[in-house]
Amino acid sequence: MTASSENALKERQFKIVGTRPLRPDGIDKVTGRARFGADMTAPGMLIGKVLRSPHAHARIRGIDASKALALAGVKAVVTHADFSKVGADLDDVSCNVMARDKALYDGHAVAAVAAVSGAVAAKALRLIDVSYEILPHVTDVEAAMGADAPVLHEDMFTSGIRPKPDRASNVVHRHEFGHGDVAQGFEQADVVVERHFTTAATHQGYIEPHACLGSVGPDGQGELWCCTQGHFYVRNACAAMLGMDLSHLRVTASEIGGGFGGKTTVFIEPVALALSRKAGRPVKVVMSREEVFRASGPTSSTAMTVKIGATRDGRITAAEAELKFQGGAFAGSPVDLGAMTAFACYDLKNVKTVAYDVVANRPKQAAYRAPGAPMAAFAVEGVMDELAGKIGMDPIALRLKNAAEAGTQSSYGPKFGPIGFVETLVAAREHAHYSAPLGPHQGRGVASGFWFNFGGQTCVSLNLHADGSVALAVGTPDIGGSRASMGQMAAEELGIDYDKIHTIIADTSSLGYNDISEGSRVTFSTGLATIQAARDAITKLCGRAAQFWGIPEDAVVWEDGHARPAGANAGDFEPLSLAEIAATAAKTGGPIAGHCEISAEGAGVSFATHIVDAEVDPETGRAQILRYTVVQDAGKAIHPSYVEGQYQGGAVQGIGWALNEEYIYGDDGRLQNPSFLDYRIPVASDLPMIDTVIVEVPNPGHPYGVRGVGETSIVPPLAAVANAVSAAAGVRLTELPLSPPRVLEAIDGMAAEDEA
Amino acid sequence: MRYEAPENIETAVKLLAGETGNARVLAGGTDLLVQLRLGHVEPDLVVDIKRIAGLQAITAEDGGFRIGAAVSGAQLGEHDGVRALWPGVVEAVGLIGSTQVQGRASIGGNLCNASPAADAVPALVAAGAVATIAGPDGRREVAVENFATGPGRTVLAAAEIVESILLPARAPGSSDAYLRFIPRSEMDIAVVGAGISLTMAGSGKCSGARVALGAVAERVLLVEEAGEALTGTNLDDRALSRMGDAVAAACRPIDDKRGTKVFRTKVARVLAIRAAKIALERAGRA
Repeated sequence: MTASSENALKERQFKIVGTRPLRPDGIDKVTGRARFGADMTAPGMLIGKVLRSPHAHARIRGIDASKALALAGVKAVVTHADFSKVGADLDDVSCNVMARDKALYDGHAVAAVAAVSGAVAAKALRLIDVSYEILPHVTDVEAAMGADAPVLHEDMFTSGIRPKPDRASNVVHRHEFGHGDVAQGFEQADVVVERHFTTAATHQGYIEPHACLGSVGPDGQGELWCCTQGHFYVRNACAAMLGMDLSHLRVTASEIGGGFGGKTTVFIEPVALALSRKAGRPVKVVMSREEVFRASGPTSSTAMTVKIGATRDGRITAAEAELKFQGGAFAGSPVDLGAMTAFACYDLKNVKTVAYDVVANRPKQAAYRAPGAPMAAFAVEGVMDELAGKIGMDPIALRLKNAAEAGTQSSYGPKFGPIGFVETLVAAREHAHYSAPLGPHQGRGVASGFWFNFGGQTCVSLNLHADGSVALAVGTPDIGGSRASMGQMAAEELGIDYDKIHTIIADTSSLGYNDISEGSRVTFSTGLATIQAARDAITKLCGRAAQFWGIPEDAVVWEDGHARPAGANAGDFEPLSLAEIAATAAKTGGPIAGHCEISAEGAGVSFATHIVDAEVDPETGRAQILRYTVVQDAGKAIHPSYVEGQYQGGAVQGIGWALNEEYIYGDDGRLQNPSFLDYRIPVASDLPMIDTVIVEVPNPGHPYGVRGVGETSIVPPLAAVANAVSAAAGVRLTELPLSPPRVLEAIDGMAAEDEA
Repeated sequence: MRYEAPENIETAVKLLAGETGNARVLAGGTDLLVQLRLGHVEPDLVVDIKRIAGLQAITAEDGGFRIGAAVSGAQLGEHDGVRALWPGVVEAVGLIGSTQVQGRASIGGNLCNASPAADAVPALVAAGAVATIAGPDGRREVAVENFATGPGRTVLAAAEIVESILLPARAPGSSDAYLRFIPRSEMDIAVVGAGISLTMAGSGKCSGARVALGAVAERVLLVEEAGEALTGTNLDDRALSRMGDAVAAACRPIDDKRGTKVFRTKVARVLAIRAAKIALERAGRA
């Protein structure tokens, strides 16, 4: 994109984009009318329940369901034998849905029952006799990498290292990213800071548990209603596990009570369908909260070492990181993404990250907002904070001195296009928060973060009705107000009122394939497709007007919601509105619709800088967040309220992750805190109002400049909170969560050191 | 499962005595219904005591107050008389659960659930409250500090019901306070709780104090040495520190997901001292 077209994007005046209309799903959600995963019923419906392993690691010798099947009201029992063999891409997912020869974690599904009621199903579960041979287990990431650690998969040989290992281990893969010569870079440094960090596994904490209603008829035709971020993916996964044609399974996405990445895979959906097929009746499965914690997909726990060297004037000469993430019982922790994002904020000559993907006896991790990046940023931004302190430089000034800009070669490879990192740093530095006074036992922390944002496969249909209203059908479940944003973009293009557009999430048989609502891709990709579908409809509208007027199609332009004759014919005819053209569509060639099918390219990366004030009670170690400001580049905010909501939500989840949230395993390998009582997400009274600043540096890959906003906001808070709490406590804290016992121990340990 | 809601205590006792299976008493239900839903208990009989006369009443008695076992947290929090006389007990009960839970959760239930971390109990123990128990052999009285014997275990015999709790009269210059430690700001279970009740004589010296701790042992503890450390002092820093030492010495907590032994012991000392200062300040106004 040329500088002039970039400026044009910055200066473009919008009518509807950038305003804050009401979201179409709002009233239904506050009145209880909205239908979530568990709100669907069907005639003859059965209730399905899942039997889960109480052991962290056990060989399954046999499963005897005869007593359960003999119980009155039990209609079907399924085990792994009831699922089809799937391809390598879905093999782990399938084995996670239903254990085969081994149960790999506390909560791993081993069998399921469908019965006439939940009580009967629960009773039946207790009658299923599973013969286990208990095996040694490992839940800690560094322990799982040990030479003597119990091996989860006898066929797992670490890839990415030479020579190829001759024995199986829990290390899936070794990744490496970077450029330059770090050893040489560290020699040029005046100051070097190196620290080891750990973070605990956390859960996305969505309020709605996984829930679905599946039905497979005797003709093999199936339907599934479920809460998911990607019903097309659910269809593909379920169809593969049940051996069905894709066209024989129609999946409808319900309203979703939170996902944050955790609803991008399948757990109970294939089980409900398998039970339904066996029982010949619809089957509903709803996870309990305990099941959600034990057996859905939390994020990785990690161990990381970061080393950064700089000259006395704050120029970074070398940066190096080693990251170890356990991703639960199967390959695929987001350690590679952590390694790619770790140093992405900075313009570095010498940078190297090494990353190890590790398996352990825990539930298979699922995506959680910017997977892998928050943990890596926690370590890197913690070292940056300490480095700034050591050389006596303001932490924002240190970041500005090394900030990546357009043209910088990123630490993970490609060169950046136009980016807004410097703009977030400058806005943070100039924010009143940054210079506000602090009281005793209070500290301020700053941290920055990066996320890629994605594009992907997208398909949209836009149907014009005879009264001039418009139905917009998209295939990406609305997880953050996207129906409103899509309606705004369509209205902007068509030149009609926002209220005239009704956006729905269409089922898998009504649209072509759509990738999951993940990777902060929806406003970018589905927005791009919506704009293109609207433009496609406009071409058709102009064609109908041309036909009506009897002039060439290319002599008609679309302005302000009207077809107007242009060129030689300008002014010859009265403009025709969208409603006028749509009203006569039956006579001018039939229905008018716009379509777009794309694999969206050109997603724009984004950056954020957060400022946090915290106070620590020096006698109890309890940290309180006093003030919080998010500054983030949105590219272009379509609906600013929902952009702010994404910023605030990411910050709040990050605060929880930093302060109190953690998966706690006992020595027996069982999860100790599978409830919201002892898995402590922040409650409203724990939080200040989260202040937001929207920076807009347009993404040239989108007609309006949109970058994704859903994930970058959770990247800085772990580090920002830890930096603030460390400053308040007077001691550098490197282990998350910053729970009161841990903080108090650090304070008391430092006091003891001072006395010695 | 059978549900009964008798209108007098004698019938309730008879129902419980006549049940051969598992019988449970229901007041607010904020513990029992959760246990039922989780499948932790499957009672054959549930006896709802809320319709029994007096069980939801707060009655003035000999300068103190008799609190019906089924009185809710919200009801207690709205009672001016109890708030003035026993502010520490009221603030402890008010910490249980959420606003919604406060409308149901009862003082008697919090006692009978016998959690070592119960918020109401340390304040009741510090207050010297006495529970009246009705059973097949009539009524008996038990000091609250002797009521629980371990986690979920109490002195209640079969078919016995806690009928009321008596908060005694107070001498002038008396007050109380309760503090708990939780990682969050609400909706949590005490990692440590400390209740203290004291009387400051006209001389400015403490003429008596009771200190009770939650979540540092298998049951709520009355730490007599801690109270004695304050008696005869004006709660100067030295006295408070000695009281804190007695508190720390009495702690015998466990390491668990909510806190470590070291942390609980340290924080018990901190909270007891902070609660004593609050009680002292309140006593000055009493």
